[in-house]
Amino acid sequence: MPPLSAIVKPTTTNHQGILTISTGPTSDNRWLHAISLALTMAVIWFLLSGHTEPLILGLGAASILSITWLALRMDLIDREGHPIHLTFRAPMFWVWLGWEIVKSNLQVMKIILYPKLPISPRMFRVPVSQKTDIGRVLYANSITLTPGTISLRVNEHDIEVHALTQAGEDGLKDGKMDRLVTNVEGEQ
Amino acid sequence: MMFFVTVIALFPAMFLALGRAIVGPTLYDRVLAVNSFGTFTVLMIAVLGFMTDQTDFVDIALTYALINFIGTIAVLKFFVVGDFGYEEQRDQ
Amino acid sequence: MINFLSWVLLLSGCFCVLISAIGLIRMPDLFTRMHAAGVGDTLGAILVIAGLMLQAGPTLLLAKLVLIMFFLLFTGPTACHALAKAALAGGEKPLLDDNNQ
Repeated sequence: MPPLSAIVKPTTTNHQGILTISTGPTSDNRWLHAISLALTMAVIWFLLSGHTEPLILGLGAASILSITWLALRMDLIDREGHPIHLTFRAPMFWVWLGWEIVKSNLQVMKIILYPKLPISPRMFRVPVSQKTDIGRVLYANSITLTPGTISLRVNEHDIEVHALTQAGEDGLKDGKMDRLVTNVEGEQ
Repeated sequence: MMFFVTVIALFPAMFLALGRAIVGPTLYDRVLAVNSFGTFTVLMIAVLGFMTDQTDFVDIALTYALINFIGTIAVLKFFVVGDFGYEEQRDQ
Repeated sequence: MINFLSWVLLLSGCFCVLISAIGLIRMPDLFTRMHAAGVGDTLGAILVIAGLMLQAGPTLLLAKLVLIMFFLLFTGPTACHALAKAALAGGEKPLLDDNNQ
């Protein structure tokens, strides 16, 4: 079989008409990503509908195939759009993040119920060590997901964070979450 | 019984969020309160479905969660950019 | 036993949601209110839906509840971040502590 990716996507033009050449592992795993996207959609479709009549199943299969075709045509399937490489490393991180969410939630709830409202809001920057966009998004979302810290602005070098207390700032600045997210991301 | 108690307990929270949406001094406060209100509504729809044994309500809750998110983003985009469309000029 | 656990999860979830709403009223400015809203969006939603999941048992309903939970957990921070960024772009100034900056 000839490399299909070479036929479908040798070069692309963006909306400003400038020629960009796709490089790296993106185009190699294109079909793998398309198949995994179709399988994911099939599983979600079945979980949401629960029907097993042939007609309904056929309609579901048709819609999945047409959506996968559209996604291929619109060039939406790549490492970033459907990150299967993150799936295997993520569960341990989620368990850790869940525990962090519970701890910081209890702290914020205590602050809200305390009659004098002991807050000292502050803004500061934390450095990011992730190399890809999706790693930075994961880090910024993890920061926001733990109450007490919100990511305000993200760029390639650091994240601007708004924290409710000194404890929240200290917890973020020791860099444990940064290390774990980089570990999940796994890019070198 | 337990679902009934949960629904009753969710009511005051929804009233408080609605109060913040009405008082709100700025626009962003209102958007935040409406977003929170939407999350509480998703929970309430799901619990109501269990209470009345009509588990189709869970699908409605799922749809409501989707619409709540998209609605928040759309409102924010409208008030920041002033337009729902994509302007090519802005990228250049 | 499962019923008892379900009671505990649902009631503690309601407690979190209620405290989050109280925080929405009590906090002094937009950015601190966002922290309060985060409590209800994360722990409150997780606990209430976990309580419902125990009642659903191993059916398709369980899968739908899991999807709702993941959806809330993915979109919550995104909406919060979009709101913070829009507020900063719109000239909203966060209230900061005096001895810090």
